[in-house]
Amino acid sequence: MDFATFLVQCLNAVQYGLLLFLVASGLTLIFGIMGVINLAHGSFYMLGAYLAFALAPWFGDWFVTRLIVGVMLAALFGYVLEWVFFSFLYERDHLQQVLLTYALILVFEELRSLSFGNDVHGVTAPGWLTGGFQLGGLMEYPWYRVFASAACLVVALALYAVVNRTRLGMMIRAGASNRDMVRGLGVDIRRLYRIVFAGGVALAALAGMIAAPLSSVYPGMGSSVLIICFVVVVIGGIGSITGALIASLLVGFVDTFGKVFFAEWSGVGVYVLMAIVLVWRPEGLMKRGF
Amino acid sequence: MSALPAEASGPRAAEASASLLEAIGLGKRFRGLAAVDEVSLDLCVGEIHAVIGTNGAGKSTLINLLSGELAPSAGSIRFGGDDVTRWSQPRRARAGLGRSYQRTTIFAEFSVLENCRLAAQAKEPRPWLVWERAADDRRGIATATRALAAAGLDGDADRIASTLSHGAKRQLEIAMCLATGPRALLLDEPLAGMGAEETGRMLTLLSGLKATHAILLVEHDMDAVFRVADRITVMVNGQVIASDVPERIRNDRAVREAYLGDDH
Amino acid sequence: MASDGAGNEASAEVGAGDVRAVVGALPDIGRHEAGGWLVPGAAALAIAALPLVLSPYAQDVVVRIAIYAIFALSLELLVGATGLVSLGHAAFLGIGAYVTVRASGDSGGSLALLLPLAMGGAAAYAVVVGALSLRTRGVYFIMVTLAFAQMAYFVVHDTKAGGGSDGIFLYVKPTLAIAGKTLLDLGERMPLYYTVLAALVATYAFIALLLGSRFGHALAGIRVNEQRMRAAGFSTTPYKLAAFVIAGALAGLAGLLLAVKDGAVNPELLSWHESGAVLLMVIFGGIGSLRGAVIGATCFTLLKELFQSEALLGSLASHWQLTLGLTIIAFVAALPRGLIGLGARLRVMRPGGLAKAGARPSR
Repeated sequence: MDFATFLVQCLNAVQYGLLLFLVASGLTLIFGIMGVINLAHGSFYMLGAYLAFALAPWFGDWFVTRLIVGVMLAALFGYVLEWVFFSFLYERDHLQQVLLTYALILVFEELRSLSFGNDVHGVTAPGWLTGGFQLGGLMEYPWYRVFASAACLVVALALYAVVNRTRLGMMIRAGASNRDMVRGLGVDIRRLYRIVFAGGVALAALAGMIAAPLSSVYPGMGSSVLIICFVVVVIGGIGSITGALIASLLVGFVDTFGKVFFAEWSGVGVYVLMAIVLVWRPEGLMKRGF
Repeated sequence: MSALPAEASGPRAAEASASLLEAIGLGKRFRGLAAVDEVSLDLCVGEIHAVIGTNGAGKSTLINLLSGELAPSAGSIRFGGDDVTRWSQPRRARAGLGRSYQRTTIFAEFSVLENCRLAAQAKEPRPWLVWERAADDRRGIATATRALAAAGLDGDADRIASTLSHGAKRQLEIAMCLATGPRALLLDEPLAGMGAEETGRMLTLLSGLKATHAILLVEHDMDAVFRVADRITVMVNGQVIASDVPERIRNDRAVREAYLGDDH
Repeated sequence: MASDGAGNEASAEVGAGDVRAVVGALPDIGRHEAGGWLVPGAAALAIAALPLVLSPYAQDVVVRIAIYAIFALSLELLVGATGLVSLGHAAFLGIGAYVTVRASGDSGGSLALLLPLAMGGAAAYAVVVGALSLRTRGVYFIMVTLAFAQMAYFVVHDTKAGGGSDGIFLYVKPTLAIAGKTLLDLGERMPLYYTVLAALVATYAFIALLLGSRFGHALAGIRVNEQRMRAAGFSTTPYKLAAFVIAGALAGLAGLLLAVKDGAVNPELLSWHESGAVLLMVIFGGIGSLRGAVIGATCFTLLKELFQSEALLGSLASHWQLTLGLTIIAFVAALPRGLIGLGARLRVMRPGGLAKAGARPSR
């Protein structure tokens, strides 16, 4: 493999990893703070992708605007969903949460089928992001992928800032370690949960919107991303944003280079990585905490 | 609590016999905070050795270190001549180190008898005998019945454990400990939440057991401790500040300052 | 009963304890109805007699249900008896099925060889997955088991060795022959029917036996209070691993039968939809009950047939995932203890129900 190809694969790995991070951070936040395992989290990613598809005719090249609108819609959806459904899951045991969110996936899949059908749809990158730049003579690296990585990085930094520097972030971190105490301090824990949940949904949907021009929009995209996210959360440690970042990048590299070197067995690579982490550090790379 | 039966604190039998359980320089750090620091103590058959201290003194951590639930950051533990510092909790339990918990940890859904029988099964698990009914486990049932009798729960064998009163549940906790045939007992606040009569019964039980067992007792109930302990170790902030017979502990200035206050 | 100064407290506790004992009793593993052979025995006889009255299509459905009942029973051992929620159990179903097809080759195979191979293959994967997954607990365990099932899915879906996304055909169904004489040809409808029924009865009996043994009681103890088991001297991990492997092997048995019945296998057998479905079957019937697992498998399969039936539901049938999803939500929300739990609730609610349940001995 020559250097240019290697560089391209590295960039791809980072881009994939960062996208995964967006989805995984939502999952790990929701689990870390509310203690709910949500199998339907992948559906929010799918929601984002389909939103990108649906909003395309309205916004054309105004891509960033489209993203913002989509994220707000997704956040609103998440807020309502938490209110109407998820808030009832907190007292239930994990088994019931698994089954109820599994049923939710079925419902979402069907609603998607009713709204958009079962075909694969394409979403084009906005005009100002088409094309790419030259890398070592023969290779051209698409601008859109650069944009995707940059956008994810910005969001990651924003997330870090919110969680570690704002009052909301402080309440989130406190709520993660001691729910009752936070309640006792007069914080409306229910609203906090709703906001966190909406945030998690928005993150996943944003990832889906950004990914849409890259991977096209198809049924089942939610499930594939979900299971990889689970692997990321297991490797990185539940509730840890930093862990999710490191794990997402690791997974990005293993998956990307796995496809290059191992062809048909590449799908297995990520799980082997998880197995190694389980042998070495079962509680995840980062223990509980942010 | 004047209702307590007068317990004579036995003479220190410890001096003659070798210690069964020994902690040497035990330490445990949690992210820089030393919950237990340079703690050494020993336990002999024939005595009740009480460990007292204020909240946060490290008593629970100490018991968890001794039983094997926590790995020490420093120091070692010897039991019956073996260095058990690296041994897992089940292994120590099989070797004869039993423990009871502060929060009642019984099998609430099972009958009282089954609680003890299951505990007794640990000594001779033989799980491959799948064609044998657990209900026909005569050795286990006999051991369990004896343990229940020793703990004063004979009449309750068929009751479902969750229906027992709080005091009876604590007795069951001890019975389950006994059913495993331990040589040493680590008891974590067995008197927690008990009324006067139940406390008296438990103390009689413990005094009866001490002849054949080594008992470490972590307790908050000062009257009970002074009635029944042969030795008392006092912990403050993870360290031992005194370890002696009750009379001398009662008069020890450091202990009074740190812990007992003016009441005694 | 111990009476202390707080006499009121004690008797109030008895009331609460009784309810707990009753509601906790029925869907409770410590008391798996090992003693009640009458009902399961009668049911087995009834199923054996069904071919006399049912059409071949209906018999087909019965066979399908029976195979899924075996699958559900195997998961019951893991979830209900030991308390380990696995979301990757379909991997073992799929491995059993794929091994059967692969080992049959072009000329079919002997059941005597295929059975140990299928169950052994599933068990082998279970040892590896179990050893790794059991290093985690709770929700981690759920995620890890799902991930390992997905790994197996990818192997069969993507690789040539696995056969690809279309799956592979079973060209010749297994037979059982001694000294050249064919005793059993699973390609025939009746032999398959009774073989599956026999497998179901054997699985049920085996698990019931297991649960009443010392091993089973230890599993129950681990489920109720693992910490206490360790404090008593049980090394709990080997027990959990054993349960995991046995459950995997039995799922492999179901996989073999499914491959034989369908004559083909495809990667969707290992999908998490399948893993989710079997978990649903177990909870439908009620956790902690072998009968519940069978009932759950029956209800779930029939429900799915119903929702997909155009004859009954018209155009709604093509959106069966929606109806199924909503039904599941309603069901799990309203009846967390499943159908068997419904019976318990009704019993408690009758006057005198509590008194009757009272201080029943547990065994």
